[in-house]
Amino acid sequence: MPYDVINMEQTIQTIAEQIAAINLPDPLLIGIHTGGVWVAQQLHRMLGYDQPLGTLDISFYRDDFSRVGLNPEVKSSELPMPIDRRNIILIDDVLYTGRTIRAAMNEIFSYGRPDSVKLGVLIDRPGRELPIQAEIVGRTMNLQENQQARLTRSDGILELNIVSTDKNV
Amino acid sequence: MIPSDSSIQFDANGNLKHFLTINGLPRETLINILDTAESFINFGQREIKKVPLLRGKTLVNLFFEPSTRTKTTFEIAGKRLSADVINLNASRMSTSKGETILDTVRTLVAMHTDLFVVRDNASGAAHLIAEHLPEHVSVINAGDGRHAHPTQAMLDMFTIRQAKREFRKLRVAIVGDVLHSRVARSQIHALNILGVKEIRVIGPRTLLPTEIESMGVNTTSDMIQGLHHVDVVIMLRIQRERMDGQLIPSEQEYFNRYGLTEEKLQYAQADAVVMHPGPINRGLEIASSVADSPRSLILDQVTNGIAVRMSIMARLMGGQAQRTWCQSRI
Repeated sequence: MPYDVINMEQTIQTIAEQIAAINLPDPLLIGIHTGGVWVAQQLHRMLGYDQPLGTLDISFYRDDFSRVGLNPEVKSSELPMPIDRRNIILIDDVLYTGRTIRAAMNEIFSYGRPDSVKLGVLIDRPGRELPIQAEIVGRTMNLQENQQARLTRSDGILELNIVSTDKNV
Repeated sequence: MIPSDSSIQFDANGNLKHFLTINGLPRETLINILDTAESFINFGQREIKKVPLLRGKTLVNLFFEPSTRTKTTFEIAGKRLSADVINLNASRMSTSKGETILDTVRTLVAMHTDLFVVRDNASGAAHLIAEHLPEHVSVINAGDGRHAHPTQAMLDMFTIRQAKREFRKLRVAIVGDVLHSRVARSQIHALNILGVKEIRVIGPRTLLPTEIESMGVNTTSDMIQGLHHVDVVIMLRIQRERMDGQLIPSEQEYFNRYGLTEEKLQYAQADAVVMHPGPINRGLEIASSVADSPRSLILDQVTNGIAVRMSIMARLMGGQAQRTWCQSRI
């Protein structure tokens, strides 16, 4: 069952406006693989930042490694500049349990000590399992537990689909 | 006895549990190990060069044979993954091999060891240990006799891919003391699985084991002919400590015929690279001018060894349900 279609361009524009409104000195944008990097790339263009975009793959910091193992398609994290004393805006596609963000913050702090970290997400949905909230939100969606918001990209166009995670559907 | 059965390496869910031999592993497993190692390569640039994957796990380096680089890189790899690493240089009575090694291992299991890295001069030692361990404990073979040295082969594959990108078009020559070389056997399995164009094994007849041709390689005792058009030259160490009997005429004559010099290297491709598992015998199997040249990847192999061993350890110690990974809620 499709959720009402979201206007991707407009939603990301909303996020960009919120980031601009915070008016952080010299912010550093970091996207979380894979969907968060796509969103961060678009934001990076819209905001016209000079400094390169950082990317994180949090596979090595996940809290379910001993249960589910390593993602075979793990990518490299790349923070192309020192992050000490920087103001970081962490970008992900969907904020759900909060565990990805916990893992991402652990990883960020293994690179250095930023002055601040803010969280921006395309979609905020209920289901938090950790005390983590996003300050910058593109769109809130009240998805059910058996629904998943899945971001895909083809030819540079982002598309959000709401899919059922029920096994026999 | 040299075990050929690789099914013991997988658990009931088909996940890699032990890393004992390359023989019989699917191509996908090798590629996954190389890909994951890729993301461990840049760890040097982090302020904290550690990830928490193996936090709370105990790794025992159980070396019944001397080793510097292998043991050290395993130790560093384990520590970068946050494991507690214990190094044991055990020596044992040759008369009671099986018994002693298993008793040692049982004692260490009673101390809640999660992962053993084993080196032994008996072929099949790591396999024997793996057979006698409880379900949750894993073993990595760090070299067993003449049989296998699978992590060395994987770091060599990583180094080859780093230099050459693709395996399919490559001609690879393995030169020297193949008879005593567990490294060569593991490399040949890996190169075959990854699908290189041709593997050539070069060395004096006395050092080329008879069964080697059945592994899908071409053999020759003519170094110049063997090096023709190869993209990768892997030199093997002359294992003086394993030589019993007159297998090579004299060191000088060996170097003249099979030592890799710049002159001989001219017969390989212009962009051919040179590798060696180390430690090198300068002036015996390789000339210093080649070992220290820009075409030599010998030190890259050492560096890559850490990332590749991290990758293999992470693969073994990760959970039992990898295939449901994308469904997990995070």
